[in-house]
Amino acid sequence: MLQVRDLQVRYGAIEALHRVSFDVQPGEIVTLIGANGAGKSTTLRAISGLVRIAGGQVIFEGRDITREKAHRIVALGIGHVPEGRRVFADMTVRENLELGAFLTPPEKVRENMERVFERFPRLRERQNQLAGTLSGGEQQMLAIGRALMNRPRLLLLDEPSMGLSPLLVQEIFEIIQEINAQGTTVLLVEQNANMALSIAHRAYVLEAGRIVLSGPARELRDHPAVRSAYLGEAARAG
Amino acid sequence: MGDLLESIRNGLPLLLEQVLNGLQLGFVYALIALGYTMVYSIIKLINFAHGDIFMVGAFLGVFGFTYWHLPWPAAILVAMAGCALLGVLIERIAYRPLRAKGAPRIAALITAIGVSLFIEYFSSLKFVFGPNYRVVERPFGDFRWSLGGVGISSIQLLVIAVVLGLLLALQYVVYRTRIGKAMRAVAFDMDAARLMGIDVDKVIAYTFAIGSALAAAAGVLYALAYPQIHPFMGIMPGLKAFTAAVLGGIGNIPGAVLGALIMGQVEVMTAAYISSEFRDAIAFSLLILVLLVRPAGLLGKAGPEKV
Repeated sequence: MLQVRDLQVRYGAIEALHRVSFDVQPGEIVTLIGANGAGKSTTLRAISGLVRIAGGQVIFEGRDITREKAHRIVALGIGHVPEGRRVFADMTVRENLELGAFLTPPEKVRENMERVFERFPRLRERQNQLAGTLSGGEQQMLAIGRALMNRPRLLLLDEPSMGLSPLLVQEIFEIIQEINAQGTTVLLVEQNANMALSIAHRAYVLEAGRIVLSGPARELRDHPAVRSAYLGEAARAG
Repeated sequence: MGDLLESIRNGLPLLLEQVLNGLQLGFVYALIALGYTMVYSIIKLINFAHGDIFMVGAFLGVFGFTYWHLPWPAAILVAMAGCALLGVLIERIAYRPLRAKGAPRIAALITAIGVSLFIEYFSSLKFVFGPNYRVVERPFGDFRWSLGGVGISSIQLLVIAVVLGLLLALQYVVYRTRIGKAMRAVAFDMDAARLMGIDVDKVIAYTFAIGSALAAAAGVLYALAYPQIHPFMGIMPGLKAFTAAVLGGIGNIPGAVLGALIMGQVEVMTAAYISSEFRDAIAFSLLILVLLVRPAGLLGKAGPEKV
């Protein structure tokens, strides 16, 4: 579904991604894990067309989208829930969802909103409230719901657990699994490697802009390097 | 005591007339200020060429009803359309390439000043508008009515009616239409707007078009109210309107209107009751004073600027 080949991104003189390659198959949950600054968000932003790609290729459903503009990429069927949620705080929940359906034919908007409300009943309750007044968990739900309004076939999720209580993280991850089970392919970026590996099919480990490990999520969970670096084992071993 | 009341009673009609004069000037400033504030809210650029678009609008409108023999409402529409096109063209040629290259904001600002000077001096060429002042012949009579001793002129009624109409239209566009919603989204968070599938370049072009059309309408109204036009006529009203936008809180639409109405009143009242020599000095002092107390402007949001 998605092939990323030798992806290179530079910020000025700094090379943020060095020839990153990975792929996502239809129906999968694939996760990119790694430390802060490893290039996880940059990878998602490059796929979505938010940062300029210096080299390499991004292929989505057989089509080269390396040089496509961000709004075109959304139209092709990629949804992106950005880091920090980035909801439109001075608009209502409903207006946020309507913006998520900016490219959706008007006759489909109602139906899609109904689906989002079914998945996130709290958004229905708060539909006329300003997004900025929602709790962190509700804002994350809104950000995901907003991306779902356009019925993407591939959903990019950037740190959905950030700043949420363990209980809410659990809830959000269950929702991600449900969304996936209903046919949306998911590419998940997470610092919370433990949670990400528990729901993903496959995983890639990103370190300083390079893929250093990859494999089925279950295997990576047991990999000693992953355990020590990302699952907090080293700290416990002291 | 009786004398004081008497003098207030005598002075009241004059004061109300000055309020009307201030309203007329403030409304014209408001139309210009909106363009500054809308463009700023979206690309964080002070479009210094905006005052010159106002000037081009004045010329197009005046040419419309004098040389092209258009009815004056049609002349305003022609000026608005022409300047919308000009605004989009400036954005496309001068600002967008800088944005695409990720140039620093100061580069865009200097470009804007360059565009402003270019329009002024290009317009001064003989085969364009020419360097001279032109006296505007009004396409309708300058009637005055007296309402309980307070005089109101046909120009004032026209300015107030046209500006109110345009403000309502703008309100509708920004809050009710698809492009308006896209504008608000881009103003709030450009990248998030991109992820909604919004074509940001298109939204920016629309913003320039709308802002420039409003400035053009302001130009024609200004030329009708103060009937003289020349290629540098946009500088001072442009500066005043920019000041008004900052006063109200740059990036904030109601703020721009509020700031402009205050500017209009301060200018007219200073001229009427203190001295017309002080009108600019006092208007700009007010800006400094307000910014000292409220750095973000009257209706601007306090706190660090969103990047």
